[in-house]
Amino acid sequence: MRPIIEVENLSKVYANGFTALKSINLEIREGEIIALLGPNGAGKTTLISIICGIVNASTGSVRIDGYDIVKDYRAARSLIGLVPQELATDAFETVTATLELSRGLFGKAPNQAHLEKVLKDLSLWDKKDNKIIELSGGMKRRVMIGKALSHEPRILFLDEPTAGVDVELRKDMWQVVRRLRDEGVTIILTTHYIEEAEEMADRIGIINKGELMLVEDKDVLMRKLGEKRLFLHLTAPIEAIPTALEPYELMLTNEGTTLIYTYDKQREGTDVTQLLDAVEAAGLRFRDLDTRQNSLEEIFVNLVNDR
Amino acid sequence: MNVYAIKAIYKFEMARTFRTIAQSIVSPVLSTSLYFVVFGSAIGSRMVDVDGVSYGAFLVPGLIMLSILTESISNASFGIYFPRFIGTIYEVLSAPVSPFEIVVGYVGAAASKSIMIGSIILLTASLFVPLEIRHPFVMLLFLVLTSLTFSMFGFIIGIWADSFEKLQIIPLLIITPLTFLGGSFYSISMLPPLWQTLTLFNPVVYLISGFRWSFYEIADVDVSISLGMTFLFLLICCVILHWIFKTGYRLKK
Ligand SMILES: Nc1ncnc2c1ncn2[C@@H]1O[C@H](COP(=O)(O)OP(=O)(O)O)[C@@H](O)[C@H]1O
Ligand SMILES: [Mg+2]
Repeated sequence: MRPIIEVENLSKVYANGFTALKSINLEIREGEIIALLGPNGAGKTTLISIICGIVNASTGSVRIDGYDIVKDYRAARSLIGLVPQELATDAFETVTATLELSRGLFGKAPNQAHLEKVLKDLSLWDKKDNKIIELSGGMKRRVMIGKALSHEPRILFLDEPTAGVDVELRKDMWQVVRRLRDEGVTIILTTHYIEEAEEMADRIGIINKGELMLVEDKDVLMRKLGEKRLFLHLTAPIEAIPTALEPYELMLTNEGTTLIYTYDKQREGTDVTQLLDAVEAAGLRFRDLDTRQNSLEEIFVNLVNDR
Repeated sequence: MNVYAIKAIYKFEMARTFRTIAQSIVSPVLSTSLYFVVFGSAIGSRMVDVDGVSYGAFLVPGLIMLSILTESISNASFGIYFPRFIGTIYEVLSAPVSPFEIVVGYVGAAASKSIMIGSIILLTASLFVPLEIRHPFVMLLFLVLTSLTFSMFGFIIGIWADSFEKLQIIPLLIITPLTFLGGSFYSISMLPPLWQTLTLFNPVVYLISGFRWSFYEIADVDVSISLGMTFLFLLICCVILHWIFKTGYRLKK
């Protein structure tokens, strides 16, 4: 099946000479949820903005369902809904008016039934006649999602949708996202909340400094790179790892106060008590210990630091 | 053609007009009425007729033009500057709309408002002075063309401006002097010869002169020249807008 979005050799140099994207190649499958992860300034918003027609690409091309975003911009854009990162709303308009504008802009005939469904799904129905300025920040974000959904997009971009959003809204939002995915909508999201990418996405793309470092099925990524580690917090700092502990390939961090042991997947079942005995035998005292399953976050940090 | 988009923008913009109805319509009507009271009645009663037209009546076309120019520019420039300023412009840029459709929506709404205001002022004026309109169609043509052209001009300013000061500065520093010196309140022939020549470089002169001709058949320059100039300004604005959308100037990064 042809990908719904094909990004080819896309790069962006801003007017001030800054290179925000370096030859990005990316294919997005119809109906999937793909999360783009990357630190601030990685180029996520730039990438989304180019695909949506807000920023001009420097080189390369993007096709949406086969339509070039420049040559066939009408066909390409009419498939897309965008919820940008920045909260930007028509403060003095009513919720309904602003959604009607969105729907019209995307060339769709007015449809009260759909409008009602969108507003109800987003718990905005009782606010429909309110001016946006009267709404809370979370409500405004719902309005922005409502605007994007008002024109029934097949592809939805959510640029850091949960940044600065309260727990309840976040839950609601993911519910909406899941429902959309069930309806077959392709969803591209960027988020700093990596647990969410972990929880929501089918595939994950990692962007750093304008480069797409990898795109992988989430499960594969987790399996490939997921590690479990044991942290030993020592009562007193040590200079170096005692030679007796060398076989365990420990890491010393935190100014010599923390030892980290990485569980070895290949040697599943290594006895941790054996390690702890060895630590004690080496004369080390620890005040606390904990284990951590490598989260996506750590995978991500590892990747970014390795380059 | 994305007709729904044009309609949506137009409706949205007109809603803004009606929401701020007092500011949008009452204030130009009020200020024009004041002009009539001061210039038309108080001062006008001591003025001689201009080419056989009472001074009060002579003023009407100029005052309407004055309002149309300032209203078109301020309304259209604000209409596009504000979404840029608050960031909602992203939606227009990401929508499947052509530049032409965007311009028709925004400029159409601003021009409609100007035409409305012009008509209301005309009605208001008829309460103060006896009016005759010898060439109603020409009058309408000038009214529509000027509203369109200057709404386009305002739209261009709204795209060019990157601060509220810049948004204000062109209307304040250029348009207001040009309209005041453009024969709203006097006939060009009342000026010394040197000024008469200089005045011909003022585009507003052509608009006011042609518009006034449609009322009383008196004009500072031939009406066909006026009409030609008006079309020329319209064309210039179209060319600039074409360039703006082609390059993405101030709209896209
Ligand atoms: N208009 C612009 N002009 C110059 N540089 C920009 C512009 N917009 C963004 N950048 C730079 O491009 C880089 C990528 O930005 P962005 O795409 O917003 O990253 P992200 O969304 O991943 O945080 C950043 O370093 C940012 O400073
Ligand atoms: Mg961003």
